[in-house]
Amino acid sequence: MSSATSTETGTATGADLAAPRSEELAALLVGQSRPPRPGALSASLTFGWRAMLKIKHVPEQLFDVTAFPIMMVLMYTYLFGGALAGSVSAYIQFLLPGILVMSVVMITMYTGVSVNTDIEKGVFDRFRTLPIWRPAPMVGYLLGDVVRYLIASAVMLTVGLVIGYRPDGGIVGVLLGVALLLVFSFSFSWIWTMFGLLLRSEKSVMGVSMMVIFPLTFLSNVFVDPKTMPGWLQAFVNNSPVTHLATAVRELMAGEWPAADIAWSLGWSVLFVAVFGAVTMRLYNRR
Amino acid sequence: MSDGVAVETEGLVKVFGGNRAVDGVDLRVPAGTVYGLLGPNGAGKTTAVKMLATLLRPDEGRARVFGHDVVAEADTVRGRVSLTGQYASVDEDLTGTENLVLLARLLGHGRPAARDRSAQLLDAFGLAEAADRQVKHYSGGMRRRIDIAASILNTPDLLFLDEPTTGLDPRSRNQVWDIVRAVVDQGTTVLLTTQYLDEADQLASRIAVIDHGRVIAEGTKGELKASVGSGSVHVRLRDPEQRPEAGRVLTTALNAEVQFDPDPVALTATVNGHGTDLGAAEQAARALAELARAGITVDNFALGQPSLDEVFLALTDRKGPAA
Repeated sequence: MSSATSTETGTATGADLAAPRSEELAALLVGQSRPPRPGALSASLTFGWRAMLKIKHVPEQLFDVTAFPIMMVLMYTYLFGGALAGSVSAYIQFLLPGILVMSVVMITMYTGVSVNTDIEKGVFDRFRTLPIWRPAPMVGYLLGDVVRYLIASAVMLTVGLVIGYRPDGGIVGVLLGVALLLVFSFSFSWIWTMFGLLLRSEKSVMGVSMMVIFPLTFLSNVFVDPKTMPGWLQAFVNNSPVTHLATAVRELMAGEWPAADIAWSLGWSVLFVAVFGAVTMRLYNRR
Repeated sequence: MSDGVAVETEGLVKVFGGNRAVDGVDLRVPAGTVYGLLGPNGAGKTTAVKMLATLLRPDEGRARVFGHDVVAEADTVRGRVSLTGQYASVDEDLTGTENLVLLARLLGHGRPAARDRSAQLLDAFGLAEAADRQVKHYSGGMRRRIDIAASILNTPDLLFLDEPTTGLDPRSRNQVWDIVRAVVDQGTTVLLTTQYLDEADQLASRIAVIDHGRVIAEGTKGELKASVGSGSVHVRLRDPEQRPEAGRVLTTALNAEVQFDPDPVALTATVNGHGTDLGAAEQAARALAELARAGITVDNFALGQPSLDEVFLALTDRKGPAA
């Protein structure tokens, strides 16, 4: 039964009219050997590549990692600079690493929304029927997001350098700080994949995310030294993962080695993956 | 146990809230055939397929695919099946090539092999020209084709097609049918859900009719048709005055009830095969001859297949599962 009817014309495009060729198809189906399954890393990287392709096709989605961070740096530097540190150039030395941490941690929130919208689409059913390492689609998401965080970091550091930020730690210090921030953000994002799978609509994901992200990022040492805060707030702020991370990044970029805060940041990262990664995978498998 | 049987389920149940979407389904799908799950929207077809494809866990009962339990041995099952969902199971933001290469890589192909295989499939599916366009710009028929192409990147042993032609124009539908036939000819078992009797008729060798989560009939096409009557005769007369007489003639000739349509010159009779060994076409021909002998002028005479509605009405009237 050949259906090679190439003489037909119609309103559709030429490609639409090209008919499938059964004989050719038959030849493709026989004598085909199945390659060995890809490993966990390979499958995750392939999903990371998918995230890159999505950025390529919908570049507007980079708005939140370009315009938003620039706005954050400029807004807070000029808003608080004079009042809190006497001058903008003095304040930015303190603020930039902190605002970098705050902005990137805030941006991680979008992961939940994209997981939530994507999981409703048919393509996820296909991914879930593939014989691959189960967490690979989720890990791929987060790997793609790490690239977004990297872009945000580069943008903010560039703006900072332009308006007077001079890190004493040099390139190495800055890169170490960014690396720690990326590791933390990757781990922290498992909270959002969990919410993305748990909640029923994009709006509810957004709402819950805001409730988590605002107190977590603002109640930290990003803007000011916690010493002036009331005791109960100090207790919270000094133990917040964002405070540990902000301190570690700030000092790394200033050329120091804040071993305790690095350890705390990495410790929190491990905890996030262990707890929320596990819950995410449970939800993913149960859907 | 897996010998010659692709899918076997026993008392499969899935409950959503208080709704028993699948309510005790027993199926046995022979390997190497097209098996049709026929039923209206909301009958539980998709839910059943999702359980078989390891996407949903059964609440009760069990299901085996080539002898492997879909829950306990989900990973083994995933290695042998492919799913083409009701809505495009490809990424609409990516191009045709990107979709296929992505999936080929996930199936373990190296980069060059993934590219080759994708190009060959796009070509065979008549999508070569659209290869670099985003799938969201594809027509309905093209989406269906890229979707099926994605499902056979590695030739699966069992292919699930969930309503593959719903919403397609007749031409695209025929193309999908050709593809399904080509896939089955190469030894893949196809489990097809559809709400069109016509489609099940064209493709499937055995059919299970599902309604309210239960199998209400199962068998070969011939068995099912015989159980509901072979079809209907639609007659249009020239003169409405002759309709009562025509009704009497048809009632006698077909040994069936005749319905008078709202149109004053039209009437419909069911060809049910009761009390005769003749086929539907022979019975219809005899009825036409009787009408002519009675001096009734017929403008139009057609023998139609029983519609899904008629199959359902007939099957649900009888109540209780026939399988």
